[in-house]
Amino acid sequence: MILEVFAVISRWAIPLFILAILVAGLIRRVPVYESFVAGAKEGFDTALRILPYLLAMFFGIAILRDSGTLDAVLSLFAPLVEPLGIPREVLPLAILRPLSGSGALGVVSELMRTHGADSFIGLLASTIQGSTETTFYVLTVYFGSVGIRNVRHAVSVGLMSDLAGFLASVFIVHLVFGAALS
Amino acid sequence: MMNRIWLGMILIGMLAAAINPNVGLDVVASASVSAGEQAVTVAFGLIGILAFWSGMMRIAQEAGLMRWIARVLTPIGRRLFPSLPAESPAMGAVMLALSANMLGLGNAATPLGLKAMEELQALNRNRTVASDAMCTFLALTTAGVTLVPTTVVALRAAQGSSDPTAIVATTMFATTFGTTVAVMLDRFMLRRGHR
Repeated sequence: MILEVFAVISRWAIPLFILAILVAGLIRRVPVYESFVAGAKEGFDTALRILPYLLAMFFGIAILRDSGTLDAVLSLFAPLVEPLGIPREVLPLAILRPLSGSGALGVVSELMRTHGADSFIGLLASTIQGSTETTFYVLTVYFGSVGIRNVRHAVSVGLMSDLAGFLASVFIVHLVFGAALS
Repeated sequence: MMNRIWLGMILIGMLAAAINPNVGLDVVASASVSAGEQAVTVAFGLIGILAFWSGMMRIAQEAGLMRWIARVLTPIGRRLFPSLPAESPAMGAVMLALSANMLGLGNAATPLGLKAMEELQALNRNRTVASDAMCTFLALTTAGVTLVPTTVVALRAAQGSSDPTAIVATTMFATTFGTTVAVMLDRFMLRRGHR
């Protein structure tokens, strides 16, 4: 039942979203074709802009992985997290996500390449990446722009919500995809 | 922060490679080659789908979808930000920035967020200490409410997923939970701070 509801939402969300955008554009008399092309040009730049960040992250990951460091560190933590249903492979993602959005995107991409985009780890990494924000980046830029030095509880709340999003991702991916994949 | 992490990853990896009898230092050279190939594959794989969503989002923006979401959310905004006057420019800017975040409008979200911070700072009594409204605004922003995780869907497609949008519903669930926790924690901390 839950599985079906989630599958229906996933299948319909994007077509409906696109339809809503186009209908809104039609009603407000937006030149949809020209706007689309102008916006798409920006997307092209975005993809190229993140290339250096991905490159840096892939280089770091490759050295850690090929030298055996990653496996050694992750085996240390495995007994702590695997009883909770958290695969050790996603731990680097959980640590990096609040610090660097494009760095985390590199980790997600690497996990999907190694384990497959439709594997449990691939689905979990995708959900984690999509459901949390680059907390430290947002806090630094937003507070920095207006000269706030005492941020009060903003850091702890941001990190706790990242942790909550991470645990919720583990829970829901187990619930929705766990049975089908095991 | 990222400087130290990246440097740490490389130096620790090199040290481990040097002392690990099974590998040796030539992993550094091979890593540089494979990282380069991979970065190009992923970034170029992303171009088409990312461009598609940027195009769609441009239409959404020009059709005023962001303003519409901001208006729909204002009643909730009044409860979340009791310290902001309902019709103030600060409330308007905050709701607009949150709507841009929900739509995943990367290019619009940050400038709108900074504009909102400016408006909130104008109402702030102590210019170096975050106000209550700022804390709540940042709690919502860092929780990352997103309607459709377009970048992840694009990346999944680029990595050969047979169902790139399969994670839309699970992502909505997780982001809603994370945001709820953020709002409740922020409430709790604000109340404790004022006692």
